[in-house]
Amino acid sequence: MGFIRAILVFISLVYPIASEAASVSEHVLKNGLRVVIVEDHKAPIATFQVWYRVGSIDEPLGKSGLSHLLEHMMFKGTAKYGPSELSRIVQSNGGMNNAYTTKDYTVYFEIFSSDRITLSLDLESDRMQNLTLDPEEVRSEKKVVMEERRLRYEDDPQNSLFEEVVAVAFKVHPYQRPVIGWMSDIKYIERNDLYDYYKTFYSPDNALIVIVGDVKPDEIMLKVKDYFEDIPSGPKIKRIRSTEPEQRGEKRVLLRKEAELPYIIVVYNTPGFPHEDSYALDVLNLILSGGKSSRLYRSLVYEKQIALNISANYSSFNRDPYLFLFSATATPGNDITELEKTLYEEIEHIKKEKPSEFEIQKAKNQIESSFIMGQDSIFLQAMKYGVFEMLGDWRLMDKYLEGIRKVTPGDVVNVANKYLHEDNRTVGILIPTKQVKSEK
Amino acid sequence: MKSEKFRGFILISVLLTIFSLLCVNAFALDVKRTVLPNGLTVLQSENQNLPIVMVTLLVKAGQLYEPSEKAGLANITSKLLAEGTKTRTSQAISEEIDFMGASLDSSAASDFITITLSVLKKDVDKGFELFSDILLNPGFPKTEVERIKELIKGIMRQREEDPAFVAGRTFRKEVFGEHPYGMVLEGAAETIDLIKREDIVKFYSDFFSPDNSILSVSGDLSREELELLINKYIGGWKKSGMPEIKLSKTYESKTRKVIKIERDLTQANIVLGNLGISRDHPDFYAVSVMNYILGGGGFSSRLMQSVRGEKGLAYDVHSFFAAQKDAGYFQIGVQTKNESANVAINDIITQINRMRNEEVSDEELSEAKAYLTGSFPRRLDTNRKIADFLASVEFYKLGMDYVEKYPEFINEVTKEDVQRVAMKYLDAEKFVLVVVADQNKAMIKY
Repeated sequence: MGFIRAILVFISLVYPIASEAASVSEHVLKNGLRVVIVEDHKAPIATFQVWYRVGSIDEPLGKSGLSHLLEHMMFKGTAKYGPSELSRIVQSNGGMNNAYTTKDYTVYFEIFSSDRITLSLDLESDRMQNLTLDPEEVRSEKKVVMEERRLRYEDDPQNSLFEEVVAVAFKVHPYQRPVIGWMSDIKYIERNDLYDYYKTFYSPDNALIVIVGDVKPDEIMLKVKDYFEDIPSGPKIKRIRSTEPEQRGEKRVLLRKEAELPYIIVVYNTPGFPHEDSYALDVLNLILSGGKSSRLYRSLVYEKQIALNISANYSSFNRDPYLFLFSATATPGNDITELEKTLYEEIEHIKKEKPSEFEIQKAKNQIESSFIMGQDSIFLQAMKYGVFEMLGDWRLMDKYLEGIRKVTPGDVVNVANKYLHEDNRTVGILIPTKQVKSEK
Repeated sequence: MKSEKFRGFILISVLLTIFSLLCVNAFALDVKRTVLPNGLTVLQSENQNLPIVMVTLLVKAGQLYEPSEKAGLANITSKLLAEGTKTRTSQAISEEIDFMGASLDSSAASDFITITLSVLKKDVDKGFELFSDILLNPGFPKTEVERIKELIKGIMRQREEDPAFVAGRTFRKEVFGEHPYGMVLEGAAETIDLIKREDIVKFYSDFFSPDNSILSVSGDLSREELELLINKYIGGWKKSGMPEIKLSKTYESKTRKVIKIERDLTQANIVLGNLGISRDHPDFYAVSVMNYILGGGGFSSRLMQSVRGEKGLAYDVHSFFAAQKDAGYFQIGVQTKNESANVAINDIITQINRMRNEEVSDEELSEAKAYLTGSFPRRLDTNRKIADFLASVEFYKLGMDYVEKYPEFINEVTKEDVQRVAMKYLDAEKFVLVVVADQNKAMIKY
């Protein structure tokens, strides 16, 4: 459960762009639960997703990883369905289910043949209100999450660097902390922390249901009411509010760890959607790293051959301002300082000289195409609706599309100058400590 | 009260399960299969719901056909197809593809190379032009050959940072020995160094022949439209004589092999398993059911229930049978903190023995069957999945009625079959065990 970082990549692939053509119906139940249903009959499949507006951004100090651990516990049973029974029921009906936690929200989903999709109603309405949170199970699941942390971070040098860089880039905002949590925080989370958190945030008025696929909206809506409308609303949620102050100078962090090749991450503080600059930042992202013809790939990987890979990632769909992120692995025998210098040269280049209309159009075509291709999967469609709902309303995808279409070469130069400058950046470098021997 | 409700639910789910077995048949794909005069097999599924076209071209030319001293040849050949043709440079190809927001990729697998094109309907003509150009006219420019070789070697270096990769690579080497499946697809730095441009050109001309290939298309394209595209862009593809291939033999290991690799890690990465079966083996479906119960069935599997659910030893533990054309392997993988390595291995061996020595329960058997048959429609729920599925059904000769036959194959499996294949293909004694860990902490006792 929980592909935490993969979600970042996921969203940049989805790049939603228009709501036209889809048949969408929406409802708000008496208890405040929002429901969005998208009818799509191309395959006899449907997905049912529950989105809770709670993520690592909401965790109190010393309790990092609480949202993610609670996500794991959501599979450990209610009075009605014991530990792991939920997954068993889903699978023995040919379905698949999982969940993931992000900085801003937590999502549970099932994918079924459409004749089976109403099973989700029973399972999800049950665990929205009746989670057991058995202390023994909590103890055991904390061990599982610690293993997950070892797997994803402690023993992965590039992910470890990512964690370091983000922790330095934010000094005030809770985005500083990894979604999976720090090891000692995971260790000291108690059953009652989970219980209070669950009671506060897992209420219908803090949740959203997204259903996409081969369903009849009116029929399934009646059933949603049957299962969910009697669940009482939750207490008024007081969110932690914090604003990252303006950065006034480069920050650098080094990580020495057993690894094969040096690796660099460079991040800049940036606003997110729907800030007026977010559209041009999206286009800038693709000009720099969208495909093998993008500027960074062509320069660093293809021509100079100083990087094995290079990626830029600007994910603008966050609750609060996040980061414009670059990362690259040095080719064997090449110096990481050379790689860093060349990366900055490319950034300086786009700050001084407008990109061509062709490059702008290419970026826009890529966004449009990936939107249409994304519709091939009902799961990605549901993700798209959910992401925009978390920002306020699924219709914002039209606003996003409009914004992208209006971006000019001049806008791209402006945002590059405004955000991609030295004082606004944090740099992390992975320095391999000892040569790992490759055995035969 | 609660228990009554519960029983009601079980009843419903049983009924639904039975219903699912009946209705899988309704999910037959409407596929047209033709063999062109030049020998190319064409499969097409037309779906007009989205203006997109997904193309998969499969060439029977994978790792299986490489000389061992030049391991990685199939992979390099595939990676070079889009790096320059007789009329286009590498950069021109990527520029045209990216401008359409399309993708054109090629990669090698154990048994074949695939070229995949994903393109919007409005750009399908241009997409096919580029696709056919890299298929029919690759130039294999010398500078690109050298560049790609260095790039692949670099990527392999970086992958050494991933302990699961190191464990898997070592495991396959031990299981397959000198058989081509014993290497990772990329080969090794030394074998890549030995690959010359002439080898690549020869590999390409030996295998890239229409009668050795399968073209599969899914999406918004009518039969007439596809026919026009094929005539225009790949109509002139000529047959070439295929070389005689002598395959190396795999061998059954007679002893247990334990390999410990030292790394500065917090977790032990453990891989345990043995030689398995090829895709055309009649036991394939019984093995699918058995493996689902043991460790293929996600959170419902015995391994997951025990290692993760009850003992909290790992985030993930799973087993699979990789069934390829010429042979296959069985593998269980788990990561647990160094100190728990022995406990985890012991638990895995216990589960293997249980599988071998006891019959599975009726409930386990029916749940495994219900999942395997009921999840089938999800394997075909996008155009990309359909295109890839059709190509592999043709490649493994599963038959045009495979979608309808699959539930029968699964439902025929009995408890006795499950135990029989567990006895035959799971080995609790003569397994290969690889542990990548901080060995001082792991203290492996096997």
